[in-house]
Amino acid sequence: MDLLTELAILVLAAFVGFEVISKVPNTLHTPLMSATNAVHGIVLLGAIIVIGPAEGFLNEFLLVIAIAFGTINVVGGFLVTDRMLGMFKGRKPDPKEPAE
Amino acid sequence: MSRTDWVDLLYIVGFSLFIVGLRMVRGPRTAVRGNQIAAVGMGVALVATLLDDRIGDWVLIVVGVAIGTAVGVPAARSVKMTAMPQMVALFNGVGGGAVALISLVEFREGHDIALEELIPIVFAAIIGSISFWGSNVAFSKLQELSWAKRRFPSLTALNLGLAAATLAVAVIIVAGADAGILFWLLLVLAGVLGVTAVLPIGGADMPVVISTLNAFTGLSAAAAGIALDNTALIVAGMLVGASGSILTKQMADAMNRSVGNVFFGGFGGGGGGAAVADDDGVDRTVRSTSAADVAIQLSYARLVVVVPGYGMAVAQAQRAVADLAAELERRNVEVLYAIHPVAGRMPGHMNVLLAEADVPYDQLKEMDDINGEFARTDVALIIGANDVTNPAARNVRESPIYGMPILDVDKASSVVVLKRSMASGFAGIDNPLFYDEKTSMLFGDAKASVADITSEVQAL
Repeated sequence: MDLLTELAILVLAAFVGFEVISKVPNTLHTPLMSATNAVHGIVLLGAIIVIGPAEGFLNEFLLVIAIAFGTINVVGGFLVTDRMLGMFKGRKPDPKEPAE
Repeated sequence: MSRTDWVDLLYIVGFSLFIVGLRMVRGPRTAVRGNQIAAVGMGVALVATLLDDRIGDWVLIVVGVAIGTAVGVPAARSVKMTAMPQMVALFNGVGGGAVALISLVEFREGHDIALEELIPIVFAAIIGSISFWGSNVAFSKLQELSWAKRRFPSLTALNLGLAAATLAVAVIIVAGADAGILFWLLLVLAGVLGVTAVLPIGGADMPVVISTLNAFTGLSAAAAGIALDNTALIVAGMLVGASGSILTKQMADAMNRSVGNVFFGGFGGGGGGAAVADDDGVDRTVRSTSAADVAIQLSYARLVVVVPGYGMAVAQAQRAVADLAAELERRNVEVLYAIHPVAGRMPGHMNVLLAEADVPYDQLKEMDDINGEFARTDVALIIGANDVTNPAARNVRESPIYGMPILDVDKASSVVVLKRSMASGFAGIDNPLFYDEKTSMLFGDAKASVADITSEVQAL
């Protein structure tokens, strides 16, 4: 892909990012931050792509760390967000129907 | 279609799911699903990458993923809810660290790298390293590790020096110096900058810091995507970079702080916009909120106690209040009204107004009946009442209303005050309740504010 196409994608993605978060209630700031945090775990893909052609012990060692970091970012990020959002559901019991 | 086309097609599916998912996280009802959709998008993008024919070293990939899963899953599962922010900081930091490491290897592998690749690599390395080390400091501060708990002086001058040095090394590398040692130096300088930039910032401002670093990691991922010609990285990274920036601004606004103030104000410096110096020199800040936030607070409460006052009467807001209560009751929220004997300008003022709006009589509670209930109240919604909620009547001997029986709203888990302005009440005295940490203020005409909240509740 040539650089200009990539820059076009970059700029459009920026505008989408601005639009997606136009108005968020304070209560959801932390979960939303956590969700976007999980999304940039996409760097995991970068590490996986680079490790193929990489040569030498140090380079491969660094990339295994990068893959581990990326995986922590992805799985940890989505799981933590899910737990946070679960609190919203859990705090809404039905007072008229006692819990089983 | 070639294999690369299929990979790119799946990437498009993946980042579309990110966008849809993040959009859904904006609303409390769709948020859980939104997060899951984004996670599916990540899965699709991951599978697509594994189809790429450049992929090799499967064993190493499996080892890395296994280590990451073994660390990430238990950490995310076991962390206490109170420790969530530092966990997010840590997850963000490792993302930045991954970008820095990828950039490092790319630089070491490449020979005579073209500028259009080299510049993003250097950029990703700097930002990724700042994000990694900055996030770790943020984690340490929130975790209250002893070394980070100390007070640090403002380090702005040092930070500017470090930033200049980092930039200088970056320029030398981009100019064509093919020395691996310089790239390590670049990572170290950026890392130190990350540490010294976050170290002097107080714990209360940490969410803004983490959000900023989150946006940074996104930007670095986008830069890495340009270097690697990978659309998934470009789109997802930039998406986070942009949305993270907006989110940072909104968070700072909600705390009455500017982002610049957070980063350059030093420890606790600057103070909030609405901070007022009290007579006894105590800095006091009110927290203002939005109708959407109040709506969420109310919808997820079990018991809401409405405390009407003269303001409700002036604004003729009783019908709007009754509508809001009906809407909440539809959502299984219990709503009661706390009627202070002198609320309004005459005894029974509130009862009359609320009866006119068809509020069931058994929901109107006298002061002595309701005061015991505040301890189990999730949200006390104060609509245009002031002096009858003033805790100074209980404990400030000098106060002109000392000794007056009041509604114990400060015993509720959270307090929302609908008020026209910060003007004091009928008695002309300040109300410490407004400066309480659990109090948030929604300024504006009572009727309009209540109507806004109701429509936000309906939209949930």
